[in-house]
Amino acid sequence: MDVTHTKPPISHKNKPPVTGAGPLNELLTWVDQRFPLLTLWREHASEYYAPKNFNFWYYFGSLAILVLVIQIATGIFLVMHYKPDAGQAFASVEYIMRDVPGGWIIRYMHSTGASAFFIVIYLHMFRGLLYGSYRSPRELLWIVGMLIYLMLMAEAFFGYLLPWGQMSYWGAQVIVNLFDALPLIGPELALWIRGDYVVSDATLNRFFSFHVIAIPLVLLGLVAAHIMALHEVGSNNPDGIEIKANLGPDGHPVDGIPFHPYYSVKDTLGVMVFLAIFAIIMFFMPEFGGYFLEYNNFIPADPLKTPSHIAPVWYFTPYYSILRATTSQFTYVLAAAVVAYTILIWRSAASARAKMVTPVVAVILLAGLFAIDAKVWGVALMGLAVLIFFLLPWLDVSPVKSIRYRGGLYKSALALFVIVFVVLGYFGTQPVTDLGTRLSQLCTLLYFAFFLLMPWYTRMDRTRPTPTRLTH
Amino acid sequence: MSDHELDEGKRRFLLTATIVASGVAAATAAVPFVASMLPSERAKAAGAPVEADISQLAPGQKMTVEWRGKPVWIVRRTPEMLNAVKEDDPRVADPESKRSQQPDYAKNEFRSLKPEYLVVVGICTHLGCSPVDRFAAQPEAFEADWRGGFYCPCHGSLFDLAGRVYRNKPAPDNLTVPPYKFLADTKLVIGEDSKGA
Repeated sequence: MDVTHTKPPISHKNKPPVTGAGPLNELLTWVDQRFPLLTLWREHASEYYAPKNFNFWYYFGSLAILVLVIQIATGIFLVMHYKPDAGQAFASVEYIMRDVPGGWIIRYMHSTGASAFFIVIYLHMFRGLLYGSYRSPRELLWIVGMLIYLMLMAEAFFGYLLPWGQMSYWGAQVIVNLFDALPLIGPELALWIRGDYVVSDATLNRFFSFHVIAIPLVLLGLVAAHIMALHEVGSNNPDGIEIKANLGPDGHPVDGIPFHPYYSVKDTLGVMVFLAIFAIIMFFMPEFGGYFLEYNNFIPADPLKTPSHIAPVWYFTPYYSILRATTSQFTYVLAAAVVAYTILIWRSAASARAKMVTPVVAVILLAGLFAIDAKVWGVALMGLAVLIFFLLPWLDVSPVKSIRYRGGLYKSALALFVIVFVVLGYFGTQPVTDLGTRLSQLCTLLYFAFFLLMPWYTRMDRTRPTPTRLTH
Repeated sequence: MSDHELDEGKRRFLLTATIVASGVAAATAAVPFVASMLPSERAKAAGAPVEADISQLAPGQKMTVEWRGKPVWIVRRTPEMLNAVKEDDPRVADPESKRSQQPDYAKNEFRSLKPEYLVVVGICTHLGCSPVDRFAAQPEAFEADWRGGFYCPCHGSLFDLAGRVYRNKPAPDNLTVPPYKFLADTKLVIGEDSKGA
């Protein structure tokens, strides 16, 4: 009998047995000969060389994965008790809060997790802005990241309807009506999204479907693509220089250290601090003063009465402010901005084609600004405010990536952008006032100026020379 | 086989034909899925007219009835309120309701069959919030010279007591007037008018 087994199957050739796993060695060897276990482990952990100078800002990538896991795990258990039915949804959430053992904490984990997700993602994106992580060769990595951000917004929006409270209902009503504003196809599209003439049971049911299966599947795929793209091009770092330019005799970057154990240990510290803060919020202030869970959402949805003050959850409010700021008066300001921007492009464009195309586009835009309702432009600006992030890799033409070597122009622009984002976010949570509208309009202009003027101010900026090796 | 020349043109044709045929099949297969998200027959059938008894409605008051899942307001306007509507003409975006939605019999200054009764769908034409009543003519935070009307809490649109939108507000149109008719002096039917339907 033994004779037939002397030759191992072909796939077993050339693969050394797994060592260093103690009693698991044999099992892992068996698996590794049938699955690229060690190859994957080396590629993504033990031999993924990351720059040695990661600082505080580099915690948020791994934290985003942690929050994703929290949301999926708590979501699975919430679905066991939740009823996606307009007649029962609100009561079933209260049932989870009051009668299901441990239900309250699972729900608070999920609702706090939603806000935590956006905090972590916004800080993660800000890190990208600080160190130019979107620059070549990481453009696609940035684009996949932005797609994740878009999916996350969709996931949060669909999920927010499920408790079927007043804010759920009227928030969904307003956002679905954004599509209604689109020319030509708008009303049909809004009807198709709602599945009814008003936000109703049909809407709740499909939003449930999107929230628990469709979007999470896409999200997981995108996260995998994000990590694969990252590990292909390698991580950026606070100095914004390529560590692959300095390889040691072993073929690894001299300024790189293996992700495992160095950064797996560092990220574990981040996880512990994050979980401590997360627990404090979850236990002592789960509503977070009406910012994480809005008070009006503890009132069941009433299709006949809008609450006296409605606002989206905090993470959408900067964009919501832009939407509200676009009044018909503001379209004149926008028209002036279009003219000014056209002159700027026309004066600095070198190619004859650009000089031809720009005025044509400008005339179409100007005609549109006066022919189409301000409401449509509000929706368009709101969408553009999110989508314009996709263009960052091509708008930034600075010779350096990191803020450390940029000049005062970019530093001021980024600081102003952060202030503008926060101010817009603040006014988005507040009722409409004249002052609020004026300031939101100013901030809307500054928001777009940060992106649209970037090719000019990053070129004019007085940068410092970058080092050839990582500093600290 | 080996002395056969590879026919690149034929290969490309077969590849293109396969892609096109599969594309058509995929698009066709998508039809039921896309269609399944449209309003169901049940949702379409739920739009029947509703009756409203306005005998208890005092002058200056508003009542709300639900029609097709939307709030429909009936306001019994006092002579002062009607006066305010007249004074609002220069302040509203579409005083004669040229571009707004209403049946022909409500395409007038007061936007109603009988000036005394205003019947409108209580959904803002901006993004679909339901505005709130601010009937008293007094200075408000959103408008110092306020003569009574409706205020949309979502995005700050203002409507006068005929449901006409103020100038330079996010809402583009006046509130929609549904088809309606009086069955008796104190009885309305909403969703149906005298021209059959």
